Amino acid sequence: MNLYARRLWINRIGISISMLAMAFGLAALMWILWTLFSKGFAVLDWNFFTRDTPAPGTESGGLRNAIVGSVLIIGVTTLLSTPIGILAGIYLAEFGGRSKFAMATRFVTDIMLSAPSIVIGLFVYAMAVATMGGFSGWAGSLALSLIAIPVVVRTTENMLRLVPTSLREAAFAVGAPHWQVSLKITLRAVKSGVVTGLLLAIARVTGETAPLLFTALNNQFYSTNMSQPIGNLPVVIFQFAMSPYDNWVNLAWGGALLIAIFVLGMNILARVVFRNKSSD
Amino acid sequence: MSEISASIPTEPLFAQDMHASRVKVFKTQDAIFRQVTRLFAFIVLAALAGILISLAIEAIPVLKKFGPTFFWSNVWSVPDDQYGALISIYGTVTTSLIALVIAVPVSFGIALFLTETCPVWLRRPLGTAIELLAGVPSIIYGIWGLFIFAPLFAEYVQPRLQSVFADVPIIGGWFSGAPIGVGILTAGIVMSLMVIPFVASVMRDVFETVPPVLKESAYGLGCTTWEVVSHIVLPYTRVGVIGGIMLGLGRALGETMAVTFVIGNANRIAGSLYAPGNSIASTLANEFGEANPGLHTSSLFALGLVLFVITFVVLSISRWLIHRGSAKQGN
Repeated sequence: MNLYARRLWINRIGISISMLAMAFGLAALMWILWTLFSKGFAVLDWNFFTRDTPAPGTESGGLRNAIVGSVLIIGVTTLLSTPIGILAGIYLAEFGGRSKFAMATRFVTDIMLSAPSIVIGLFVYAMAVATMGGFSGWAGSLALSLIAIPVVVRTTENMLRLVPTSLREAAFAVGAPHWQVSLKITLRAVKSGVVTGLLLAIARVTGETAPLLFTALNNQFYSTNMSQPIGNLPVVIFQFAMSPYDNWVNLAWGGALLIAIFVLGMNILARVVFRNKSSD
Repeated sequence: MSEISASIPTEPLFAQDMHASRVKVFKTQDAIFRQVTRLFAFIVLAALAGILISLAIEAIPVLKKFGPTFFWSNVWSVPDDQYGALISIYGTVTTSLIALVIAVPVSFGIALFLTETCPVWLRRPLGTAIELLAGVPSIIYGIWGLFIFAPLFAEYVQPRLQSVFADVPIIGGWFSGAPIGVGILTAGIVMSLMVIPFVASVMRDVFETVPPVLKESAYGLGCTTWEVVSHIVLPYTRVGVIGGIMLGLGRALGETMAVTFVIGNANRIAGSLYAPGNSIASTLANEFGEANPGLHTSSLFALGLVLFVITFVVLSISRWLIHRGSAKQGN
């Protein structure tokens, strides 16, 4: 085989392997989604949304308490992390510059984006659960906020940096104070980008299980009291999937499907929001 | 703004006073706004310091009792109140390494395909699909790994691996023992699926920073795509690629739910990768909820501290490398 043919063959092999890798990744995604739908879809009926989690050994039941609990926890997380994340992002983009404090905050935000979520659960346990008398929905929201905030901070800052300086200067030139420029001009200009960040943050925390294990714990009964342990989908899925009861395992599949649909939906929505606005 | 213009009086001197007071108000508002945003930025910073400090404080009792031997003792026995971190550290490191061994070549292939050979109209949908894989919550990988992957793996793959490697000196030992599905190897494989999208996205992003002129000159000289990638793209993006791999490692080390489902949760170190084990994160997930107050809880906090410090170092290196890699773009 001459040199030219050899080079061509090496190229063909390399490219084929890279295509195989791509196929492998897509196949994994398809396989996981297919399993979820085939196992979980049958469980999603009226009872699934209207009944509470069943006691050990009893038939049927649903996940109403877990769904309501998750919605509450995620809702509080969103309310908590939105202002903190956006304002911190504004500081980094508008005031921080390259000061040591701003650089340190950016560094920490990047680390927290990938920090092990179970350690954040431990931290909130030590800070809130152990000191304030027990597991609660509030503690769960606090733990999830610590995961959501870095996502919001990072996207807000990155988006604000894309705003042309001339827009800020135009606003300054007509005498607007800095806070009005930040809130009413630049932040408004990147509204869709910031919303994208929020959606991604919500999607990220919805499936988080580890930080809820020692904070919100779980509750077998319907409860909307955030200062008590509260049922939530991820922990219920974890406990039910590991259980020996068939109906519990089925409910776990249903819950997993519900979470996957929500998370993937949020991810796709975030992309649509961002693409529509940025092409204007 | 309309209220300003309405309140501007006709007297010029008075108007100047008004303007001055208005500016003063704006200045105070700005100072307050600046401090408020700064405070929120500080909260983020304080959270990290808080995590380190609170974990360290909670870990003090166990470190006082066992001293530094805690970190390399391989005894973890709740009934005897004896604790050592080695079993969990071994599980964490082994599963993460297995995950990387699988994830790095596959991610490289995906990034290569997306940047070099993929038709342009397919780039966006395929890239999005890989990013969606990153969005799937880890508990879903876990439940899928436990109920779907592990049984199939035990039935079809594990016996074959065993017969292939049975007579190879060192490697044979890795695949010895009963093929039960759950175990260190399965955890590593399931985790690799979780890590692939992260590493692939970073690699794709750094591959795109290569100036087209460089690649075009190579193609102009008659290089094949493979030669362009291995001789031009990879050397140019080496730093960023390593950063992406480190990011994947950081993710893998701290992964909890996917691992807890499939690692088998046994507190021992076995030579075989088929054997069940425990990682730091899975030990925490399994035991912390029902831990006895005192030494047991404290040693779990110490494990958390170990995990946090390791991932902190890995992620710091990763961030530094990725930044260095993408800073090149400006040259």
